[in-house]
Amino acid sequence: MKGLAFDVSHMLAGGLVLTSFLLLYQNRLYALLNMYSLQAVVLSLSVAWQAFVQDASHLYVTAFIALLFKAVVIPLTLHRIIARLGIQRDVENVVGAGTTMLAGLALVALAEVVMLRIAGGADVLAREDLAFALSVVLLGLLMMVVRRNAVSMVVGFMSLENGLILAAAGAKGMPLVVEFAVAFSVLVALVVIGVFLFRISERFDSIDAEALDSFRERGR
Amino acid sequence: MTAVALCLAAVATLLALALAGGFVAATSFGRALVYGGTLALSLLVLLVAGDALLVGAAGETLMLPLGLPWVGARFHVDPLSAFFLVVVSLAAAAASLYALGYGRHERDPGRVLPFFPAFLAGMILVLVAADAYTFLLSWEFMSLASWALVMAHHREEQNARAAYVYLVMASFGTLALLVAFALLAGPDGHYAFAAMRAAPPAAGAATLAFLAALVGAGSKAGLAPLHVWLPLAHPAAPSHVSAMMSGAMTKVAVYAFIRIAFDLAGSPDWRLAIPLLIVGAASGIIGVLQALMDNDLKRVLAYSTIENIGLVFVGLGFAYAFRAAGFPAAAALAMTAALLHAFNHAVFKSLLFFGAGAVLSATGERRLDKLGGLLNRMPATGLFMLVGAAAISALPPLNGFVSEWMILQSVLLSPSFPQWTLKILAPAVGAGVALTAALAAACFVRAFGIPFLGRPRSEAAERAGEVDRFSLAAMAVLAALCLVAGLFPGQAIDALAAATDLAVGAHMPSQSSMPWLSIAPVAASRSSYNGLLVGVFILMSATTASTIIHRFASGAVRRAPAWDCGFPDSSPSTQYSGESFSQPIRRVFGRIAFVVEERIDMPRPGETRPARLELRLGDRIWNTLYRPLIVAVERAAVQLNRLQFLTIRQYLGVVFGALVALLVVLATWP
Amino acid sequence: MIVELVFQLLQVTLVILIAPLLTGVVRATKARLTRRRGPPLVQPYRDLVRLARKEAIVADSASWLFRVTPYIVFASTWVATALIPTFATGLLFSWSADLIAIIALLGAGRFFLALAGLDVGTSFGGLGSSRESLFGALAEPAMIVIVFSLALIAGSTQLSTVAAFMTSGAVGLRVTLAMALVAFIIVALAENGRIPVDNPATHLELTMVHEAMILEYSGRHLAVIELAAMLKLALYVSLIICVFVPWGSAIADASVADRVVGAGVYVAKVLAAGVALGVFETSIAKMRVFRVPDFVGAALMLGFLGALLLFVSRTLK
Repeated sequence: MKGLAFDVSHMLAGGLVLTSFLLLYQNRLYALLNMYSLQAVVLSLSVAWQAFVQDASHLYVTAFIALLFKAVVIPLTLHRIIARLGIQRDVENVVGAGTTMLAGLALVALAEVVMLRIAGGADVLAREDLAFALSVVLLGLLMMVVRRNAVSMVVGFMSLENGLILAAAGAKGMPLVVEFAVAFSVLVALVVIGVFLFRISERFDSIDAEALDSFRERGR
Repeated sequence: MTAVALCLAAVATLLALALAGGFVAATSFGRALVYGGTLALSLLVLLVAGDALLVGAAGETLMLPLGLPWVGARFHVDPLSAFFLVVVSLAAAAASLYALGYGRHERDPGRVLPFFPAFLAGMILVLVAADAYTFLLSWEFMSLASWALVMAHHREEQNARAAYVYLVMASFGTLALLVAFALLAGPDGHYAFAAMRAAPPAAGAATLAFLAALVGAGSKAGLAPLHVWLPLAHPAAPSHVSAMMSGAMTKVAVYAFIRIAFDLAGSPDWRLAIPLLIVGAASGIIGVLQALMDNDLKRVLAYSTIENIGLVFVGLGFAYAFRAAGFPAAAALAMTAALLHAFNHAVFKSLLFFGAGAVLSATGERRLDKLGGLLNRMPATGLFMLVGAAAISALPPLNGFVSEWMILQSVLLSPSFPQWTLKILAPAVGAGVALTAALAAACFVRAFGIPFLGRPRSEAAERAGEVDRFSLAAMAVLAALCLVAGLFPGQAIDALAAATDLAVGAHMPSQSSMPWLSIAPVAASRSSYNGLLVGVFILMSATTASTIIHRFASGAVRRAPAWDCGFPDSSPSTQYSGESFSQPIRRVFGRIAFVVEERIDMPRPGETRPARLELRLGDRIWNTLYRPLIVAVERAAVQLNRLQFLTIRQYLGVVFGALVALLVVLATWP
Repeated sequence: MIVELVFQLLQVTLVILIAPLLTGVVRATKARLTRRRGPPLVQPYRDLVRLARKEAIVADSASWLFRVTPYIVFASTWVATALIPTFATGLLFSWSADLIAIIALLGAGRFFLALAGLDVGTSFGGLGSSRESLFGALAEPAMIVIVFSLALIAGSTQLSTVAAFMTSGAVGLRVTLAMALVAFIIVALAENGRIPVDNPATHLELTMVHEAMILEYSGRHLAVIELAAMLKLALYVSLIICVFVPWGSAIADASVADRVVGAGVYVAKVLAAGVALGVFETSIAKMRVFRVPDFVGAALMLGFLGALLLFVSRTLK
């Protein structure tokens, strides 16, 4: 049982890293959103498994929240925003997909090594989970850095947040309040960003975040 | 006579031959004498060294009263030097045989004949030298002889530049080796290798010596980023000399590195494996990418030498790391892989340079976009070139595959490293090796396919004919060797046992006891490969298929114009050229090694001039590393130029100041 | 010994017999999904026979290499396929080449096919060769890093050993395996010129790759090359089956009955994979040529990621 528990949670956490990579790889917005839903599904499965293994029923709630909001509500909202704004559906990367993936690999290696250093003594399961969570966070950050399009920046931010949830679920005894707080903060962020997107696109006819930069230059 | 005495006798005869070559150069007898002589002597060395390698005992040290009076010159043949003697003499024998015919095309034999035996003598001397002084002297002799050969066609402007760059880089390399030996010799000045071995240097000095050796030997071997001279110098020489430089001289540099880093520098430090692995993998990828982009057949081969030397150094890096981590069996595997790849590369790179030389003498062209369709006009050369290209692309059942397979097998043993740096580096290097191998296959599809297949792109290619028998014989021997070494890798591995014993203190399990002549580096359940069976299976299934089809279906053939989707174009320039072939790869990988500049000049509708695509490739390494250096040197030269216009009193003042400064240093030396 | 030899021969003939059927299944599935009736399942066999009976037309500018290449490509692919433990592990000659050697054998096939594309000296042929070389230069290293992962999990690059290890169930669920599987499928699609990388059903298109290389082939040469392509598809399907879904295949020293059962299971799995491939191909669009390097590059990265995770976590457990 112990072996299986380890295998499944490892598998799911790794799946989360895998979907993070797939997110990095996508170059169409709708595909990006679908992939994000997939990641949310994997996340909720992972959290649910943790709930089962740790026998912590409140984690089921977390899993459900993740499934509801992240796999369904947020992607649908973003879908509608994209459709409403008529955003160009190709994502422009600042750097090529290959380079991005290579950078992502380096980040995963970095995460592994860091966890090896600071949590070398901890048991393998916790360490690997933490390493994966850190990887997801770093990959989300990377995505925010390399993407021009504001929508994909939002997705990057939210996948970053998924990494935090993964880390939290792995650690035993995290209270439910925190999760609610995190979930709602993301929701609020989504609303804010949605409004923001409308604003940008009204102003500049584009949601290319670099349009903002040029604005700043002019303002000076 | 002992092995070392025989080798020295061969060297003496070679030097005499070099002198004689200067006098009889103009005659055809001179050619026969020199190349016949080098052929006989290199075969002698091959026999002697092969025997020494198989016997595997450390021979005696011969001391001659040459050189520095209180040091003398020591010579010694142990299994490691014997292995490299085999490589060098094999390449030299093939090159001599080839040159018996190819030398006829030489316009100025007086610039080649004296230096060819001298070059060979220099390489043999480096390999048998057993003290630092003799080693460096022979090394410099080898460099200068090969420099003279690069200058053989000095009237072409780019050759003169190549020779200049080569001279600068060779001097730099020798300087680095001098530093390495100085550090190994220590304050007491142990010049002899045996004495260095007996008194290993302190850790810091050993590290510095290792790095100096990597720089010195690496620059001669063509490791990135010290490789820039190689693609200029190797192709500039006559083709049989190019073969010797790429096939043999780079191996002498590998020998120098193994001798210093594995044999003399004391116990290994795992951190030093990191630069070795990184530099090896980087050389592999950069070399093969450059080879893919270049349009000159001989330069493609020279760049591919950089790639293969990179693979050899990856093998050495793993061997070093395994030795440092205390896994002798794994170290032996990696070392065997490196040595075997060095041998294989000597064989197929010589073969390919011979083929390029044959193309050059048949058409007068080296540029890929002026060749084409040569397989129909030079069928034998084409066949041998094809074997060489397949071997260097690591296709089974030829020899190149065996050594690359073994390098990958040693990658698979690397999770057992205790250090996480190596753990992460190992799969990255392994992926780099795989990428290099795959790109090499693409490179040789291009390097063989563009000149030998398709339709002739120039009149010279159209009129080409088969080359002479000596050249063909040399190529045939090497092509056969590619096949034999690929079919019976176990024998080759067993022959290397003594050399790996010396380098890493262990050797691979004997392969001759394996059933069916297969090889298994660690255990049969882990991985095994049988070149012979794979070869036989391929042959069997190909003949079965063709027999069945010809017997039961149809054997009729009709010749017709090419179809080309209904749009055949009679102009040969509509074919894919070398540049267009590598365009997709350039687009994907080009930016790793190049600054790519593409300009499309598209005429407006109605204009009658043709559209043009201009492509400029800037070498990143040259731009970032060498150009600033050159600028700095030039600036310093301008500054120093002022010293030329001093008065006599000022000159004396400078000399006096220097003397005083030296004395002060001496007085305050701890 | 004799029995072993018989089974080895059976395996050799089984793969070559099932390969056209697999292609037929894929085509039939795609036809059904697009509401066509489609050709019967045995159509590929008929095509091969018909082509083989026809006279071969060779272009004027072609060399002998052009006529030899089909047999070399076919032979290397066939040997590679025959060395995969399809329905039973530990067959007589399964140790004569490991997974790396099998990849290299396929590389040999690609090498010669690309040369043949250049041989006639037409623009389409060069186009195909050039692109195939690019795809190969990405797919081959991806395969090698996948092999790293598999070899580290199973402790061997020997396919028989890997398959036996996977069958034994000792492996459990592994992230690395999932990554390797995704990467493997991408490589398989690219190597076989399937949608989204290349369209096997296309002709006269600037996007074609494999078809462009073999454009000048006709008659029996074309038949042999087509069969080699079908074999290659069967090879990749068998590889995926033998590494990722090995259940039901007979282990070494199994009884004759077990092996026969294993063969039946294998055939069923291959056909199921054919249907899956057909469904996948109809549900996805072909991508631009210069999008392919990203796609295959993703496989390389995934395989590498898997290997990296294994390398780091290996000795600490």
